[in-house]
Amino acid sequence: MDFILIQFLTGLSNASALFLIASGLTVIFGVTRIVNFAHGSFYMLGAYLTWTITRALWDWGGREPLLFVLAILFAALAVGALGALIEIVLLRRIYRAPELFQLLATFGVVLIIQDIALAVWGPEDLPLPRPPWLRRFVEIAGSRFPQYDLILILVGPAVLAALWFLFQRTRFGILVRAATQDREMVAALGVDQRILFTGVFFLGSALAGLGGAIVLPSQSAFLQMDLAIIAEAFVVVVVGGLGSVPGAFLASLLIAEVQAFGIVLVPKATLVLVFLVMAGVLIVRPYGLLGRPQAHARAATGTVEPVIRPAPAILGWAGAVALALAAAAPFFAGPYAVTVLVELAVFVLFAASLHLMMGPGGIVSFGHAAYFGLGAYGAALGLRFLAVPMEAGLVLAPLLAGLFGLVFGWFAVRLSGVYLAMLTLAFAQIVWAAAFQWVEFTGGDNGILGVWPSDWARGKAAYLWLAIVLCIGATLLLRRMIHAPFGYALRAARDSELRAEAIGLDAVRIRLGAFVIAALGAGLAGGVYAYGKGSVFPTYISIPKSIDALLMVLLGGVQTVSGPIVGALAYHTLFLTVLQAFAWWRLVLGLAIVLLVLAFPQGIAGFVRQRYERARGIEGA
Amino acid sequence: MMRTTRRAVLLGAAGTLAAPALIRAQGTQPIRIGEINSYTALPAFTLPYRNGWQLRVEQINAAGGVLGRPLEVIWRDDAGRPQDAVRLAGELLDNERVDLLAGTFFSHVGLAVADFALQRRRMFVASEPLTDQLVWEKGNRYTFRLRPSTYMQAAMLVEEAAKLPARRWVTVAPNYEYGQSAVKWFKQLLSAKRPDVQFVAEQWPALGRIDAGATVAALERERPEAIYNVTFGPDLTNFVRQGNTRGLFEGRSVVSLLTGEPEYLDPLADETPQGWIVTGYPWDQVETAEHVAFRRAYQAKYNDYPRLGTVVGYDTITAIAECIKRAGSTETEKMVEAMRGLPFASPFGPCTFRALDHQSTLGAFVGRTALKGGKGTMVDWRYADGAKYLPPDDEVRKMRPQSG
Amino acid sequence: MSGPVLEARGLHKRFGGVHAVNDVSLAVHAGEMLALIGPNGAGKSTCFNLLNGQLGADAGEVRLEGRPLAGLKPRAIWRLGVGRTFQITATFASMTVRENVQVALISHHRRVWSFWRPARRHFGNEADALLAQVGMADQAERPCGVLAYGDLKRVELAMALANDPKLLLMDEPTAGMAPSERIALMELTRSLVRERRLACLFTEHDMDVVFGHADRIIVMNRGSLIAEGDAAAVRANPAVREVYLGSGGH
Repeated sequence: MDFILIQFLTGLSNASALFLIASGLTVIFGVTRIVNFAHGSFYMLGAYLTWTITRALWDWGGREPLLFVLAILFAALAVGALGALIEIVLLRRIYRAPELFQLLATFGVVLIIQDIALAVWGPEDLPLPRPPWLRRFVEIAGSRFPQYDLILILVGPAVLAALWFLFQRTRFGILVRAATQDREMVAALGVDQRILFTGVFFLGSALAGLGGAIVLPSQSAFLQMDLAIIAEAFVVVVVGGLGSVPGAFLASLLIAEVQAFGIVLVPKATLVLVFLVMAGVLIVRPYGLLGRPQAHARAATGTVEPVIRPAPAILGWAGAVALALAAAAPFFAGPYAVTVLVELAVFVLFAASLHLMMGPGGIVSFGHAAYFGLGAYGAALGLRFLAVPMEAGLVLAPLLAGLFGLVFGWFAVRLSGVYLAMLTLAFAQIVWAAAFQWVEFTGGDNGILGVWPSDWARGKAAYLWLAIVLCIGATLLLRRMIHAPFGYALRAARDSELRAEAIGLDAVRIRLGAFVIAALGAGLAGGVYAYGKGSVFPTYISIPKSIDALLMVLLGGVQTVSGPIVGALAYHTLFLTVLQAFAWWRLVLGLAIVLLVLAFPQGIAGFVRQRYERARGIEGA
Repeated sequence: MMRTTRRAVLLGAAGTLAAPALIRAQGTQPIRIGEINSYTALPAFTLPYRNGWQLRVEQINAAGGVLGRPLEVIWRDDAGRPQDAVRLAGELLDNERVDLLAGTFFSHVGLAVADFALQRRRMFVASEPLTDQLVWEKGNRYTFRLRPSTYMQAAMLVEEAAKLPARRWVTVAPNYEYGQSAVKWFKQLLSAKRPDVQFVAEQWPALGRIDAGATVAALERERPEAIYNVTFGPDLTNFVRQGNTRGLFEGRSVVSLLTGEPEYLDPLADETPQGWIVTGYPWDQVETAEHVAFRRAYQAKYNDYPRLGTVVGYDTITAIAECIKRAGSTETEKMVEAMRGLPFASPFGPCTFRALDHQSTLGAFVGRTALKGGKGTMVDWRYADGAKYLPPDDEVRKMRPQSG
Repeated sequence: MSGPVLEARGLHKRFGGVHAVNDVSLAVHAGEMLALIGPNGAGKSTCFNLLNGQLGADAGEVRLEGRPLAGLKPRAIWRLGVGRTFQITATFASMTVRENVQVALISHHRRVWSFWRPARRHFGNEADALLAQVGMADQAERPCGVLAYGDLKRVELAMALANDPKLLLMDEPTAGMAPSERIALMELTRSLVRERRLACLFTEHDMDVVFGHADRIIVMNRGSLIAEGDAAAVRANPAVREVYLGSGGH
C-alpha cells in the first residue's frame, strides 16, 4: 500500500509539468487550429533560459528560493514573448493557407531553435545545481519523497485554477473560450483576431516555458528535450480533448499515473503503454475525454478545395522528359547520383501515397511512416525468417503494410481531423516501439542487415530502373485513381459527407479503401527503400519520418495532384544539399522551410497552378 | 552562422592556410578518409571527438603525413539516422573518392555502415559504436572497431562487482539493444562468477524519457543490496537526482556502465554519487608520458580538457595512419590485412587490432566515483586493458561468421 | 391508383422530456407534391428526419412502397429510390457542376470502386441530360464552390434525380433564395414531379410557395398533425388559423 501511495504521488508530480505543456498546446490549438510542433522547443527554451537566469540571479543574490521562482517567471515570460513574436512575424501571414500548412512552418521553427540552442548553450547537458533546499525530502509512508516534487503536485491544480479564472473572469479569456467553440462568430463580433491570436500564442508558449522551467531541478536542460516531450504533449491534448484545458488536466493525470504504475507492471512496455491508452480512449471517445466534435483540423476559414482538372499536356511532357533523364542517369551521372535518384523515386511514392489520403481523402495522417516501415520490415523479416528472395519481399512489403493499414484504418477512419491524425500517430508509435524494443524479433534499434537485392538488380543502374518502374509506376497509378470514380467518391466524402451519404456513398468504407491503398503504396516504397539501403531500422518508422512525408505533401501543395511529387523532389533535394553543405544544416533547412512557407502558402505546385489558372482565365474555387 | 562551403577539412602543418600550398608544391595527393558521425544528434560526445581527430590529423601532417602524403578527412553529419549514413557513405566513396570510411557513434548507424562496407568491399573503421554484434554476429572482413565494446565494459565491471558482498541485485537500463545487451552480459558473467547472486528486478526506462521518480521508487521497493545501472546522459542525471533525494543509493553498492566518462560524469557535478564502481576516463589523473603529451597538445589547441570521445577520435586517426604505413598502400585489401593484428599507440597505452575479430584492445579505466571540489571525479582507478576482457577465442569464432 | 409511395404510421420521437413527434401518420403518392408545414418548433424537421432515415423513430414505422425503412442508413434509403435536397445546400465544392452529377450517377450505377477510367468519362451524357432538365446545362463546367445559391439548389435537384427516384424529399427547398428564384425552382420541381410521376414531400416556411405549389398540405403543431388537405381547406381550417394567426405568424 505504501508503495502505491508513493508511486501515486510521483505520478501526480509528473502530471503537473505535463499539464503545463499540454494546456499551452491545447489553448493554442483551440483558438488558432494550429498543430504547433514548436511547442516542444518552447519547453526546451524554458528550461535553458531558467538555467541561465537562475544562475545569474543566484550569483548576484545567493541561492535563494525566491530568486529561483523569479527566474522561472522571467523565463516563462521570455518564452511567451518569443511565441508571440513567431506568431506575428510568421504564422499570421499564413492563416489563410490550407489546413495544417502552419504545421510546416512550426516544424521549420523547431529546426531553427535546435541549432540556436546548440550555438548558445553548447552541446553538454546543463543541470541546475541544487542548493540544499531543493534536495529536501519528506518522510511519507516510510519512504522519502522529494519536497520539490510535493510542491510540483500543487503547481498543476494552481495553474488550472489560474487558467479557469482567466477564462471565466477576463474579457480575453471569454474571447478565447468563444473562439475555441466558434471562430467565425468571434470574427463576426468584430473582435480583432490578430490580437487574440497573438495573445493566445503568448499564453500558450509561456505555459510551455513554465513547464520546461519547473522540471529543471529534477533533470537537466538538454538538446533533445523538444522532441522528447512533444509527442507526449500531443497525446495528453488529444486524450483530454482538443481545446479543453480541464481535459488536458485529467489526461495529464491519467498519462502520468499510467506511466508511474506501468513501469512496475510492464517495465519493458512503457513507451507503448501511453499510446495504447490514447488509442483506447479515442476508440471509445472519438473526441477525447472532454472534447467536443467541432474541433476540426480543417481550416475553419471556409476555404474550399479547388477543382482538380486534367493536367495540361505540357506537364505530362515535362514529367516524361524528367523520367527519361532519371532513367538514363546511369549513363552520364555518377553512382552517388543514382543512389539519390532511387531515394527520390521512393519518396515520391511515399509522399504520393500520403497525399491520396490527405488531399482527395481529407484524412491527415501523422503516422504514415508506420506503413513505410512495415513495408521495409516486411521485406526484411521475410528475408530473416522465411529467406524469401527480393522478388517475393517486394510483394510481402506492401501486403504487410496494407494489412496493418486495414486494421489501423478500420479504427482511424471513424474519427476526423486531428483526432484521426493523432490516432494514426499512436498506431505508428506502437509499431515503432515494437521495432525498437522487441529485439529478439526485429533486431531492435540495430535493425536487420543484409537486405540486398537479387543478383539481377544488384547493379546500380538495374536497381534504379526497378525503383522507377515500381515507385513511379505506383505513383502514376495513384494519380490515375484520383481521376477515376474512386478518387471522385473519396473527394465527395471529404467535401460533404452528408451529401455523399445521400447519394448512396459509404463514406467510411471509401476512406478505409483510401487508407489501405495509401498503406500499400507506402509499404511498396518502404520495400524498395529497404533493398536500396541494404538494411532496415526503426528510424524508418519514427516520428521524424512521418513528418518528412507531411512536409513533402504540404510543401508541394496538398490541393494539387502533382503536389506530392514536386514536394518530395524539392524537399529531399533541399535536405541533401543542406545536410552536406552546412555544419549548421538544421538552421539553414529550418530557415529555408520558413521562407518556402511564406513564399508558397499553397505549396509549390499549388502556386504554379494558381498562376497557370489565372493566366488562362480558368475559374478557381 | 558558421558556413563551410565544403566540409572537407584539410589540416596542414602550419595551419589551414599554409597547408594546401605545401601539399600542392609537393605534388602529392592526400590520403582521404571519409568520416561519418552523429554531430548534430549527439554533440556532447561527437564534438570533442571531432576535436580529437582534428588534432591527430594536424600532428601527423606536421610530421610529414603518411607515405609522404598528407591525411585529409572529409566529414559528414548523419543526423543520427542509419539510412542517411549509408547514403553518405556512398557519396563519400563515389563522389569524394575517399580511401576508407571511419566514424559513427550509434550502434545501428555503425552496423548499417559496416554492412554497406561489406557490400562495397571497402574498409570501415568504426570508432565509437559499442554493440557486440559489430565484430561478432554481424562482423565482417572490412569492419574494425576501436572502442571497448559493451561486453568488454560489462566484463570489467563484473570483475569488481564479484568482489562485493551483495547478493540481491537490481538493474536499470535504457530499453534498446545497448541496454539489453549490457544487462544480459552483466547478469551472465556475474552469475558465472558468483552463483549466489540473484537479480530481483529490472527497470527498462525508454531512452531519453526516464520517469526517474517512479523508477527509483520501484527499485527501492525491492530492497536490493546492489544496483547495476546502464542509463546515461540526461536519463542518468535525472535518475541520480531522484536517487539521491530519495536515498536509493545509501548503504547500497552501485555498479554503473560508462558513468566515469567525462561526458556523463561532468553533468552530475556536485551531485555525483560517491563510491559507484564505474568505467570511465579520469583525464586529469592519468600521468603516463603518452597521455600527458596528448593532454597537453589538446589543451594547447582547444583550451579545453579532453573527453573520452577525444581519445577515441585521436586513436581512430592514429590507427588508420599506422595501418596505411604498414600496408604501404591505400588499397583496401592491403589495408585490411595490415589492420589485422596491427599494434598502435593510444594515449591509454599500447593496443592492437585483433586479427581474430577486428576488435581493438583499447581498454577503459575502472574505478570509483568521488566528489572533489564540487565536481565528480574517479578515484582508486586502474587501467583495464581491453585484451583481458574478451571471451575465449573459440567462443568468439563461434559467434563470428567465418567467411568474413 | 396504386398504394402510396411513402407511408408513415404512428411515428413518435422524444428528446428527453420533449415529445417532438407525436403519433404522426402520413402518405405521399406518385405524382403528388405534399407540403409539411408548421410554426417553428412544431416538430416538422424531426418528422422529416424520421422519414429520411437521419433519425430513428421511438415508435411507428415508415414504408417505401410497402417496404419498411426502419434501421436503414440514408445511403441505403437512397438506393431504394429516394432523392434528397437539404435546407443548407450540400454539394461537392471541389468539383464542377457536371462532376457533381456524374458522382451521383457513378454511385447509382455502382461504379465507385473502379480505379482506371477517368470519372469525367463516366455518364457524361446522362449528367448533361439531367442538368438540362434543371436548367444548368450552360454552367456544367463551373466549380460548385462559386455558384449562386439558387443554382446550387438546382444542382442538388439534378443529383437527387440521378438515381431515378420514386420519392423526392426536400427540406426547405427555397430557404435563402430570392422570391423570383423560389417560384422558378418550385415550378421546375413541379414539372419534374409531373413528368416523372415522382412523389415529393417538402417542408417549407414560405406560405406563398406552399399554397402555390403543393397539391396537398399537412400541418404540424407541437409534434402532432393538426390539419390536412388542399390549399383552400388548410387555409380555412380554424386550428391552422389559430396556430399561425394566434402566434402572430402569417
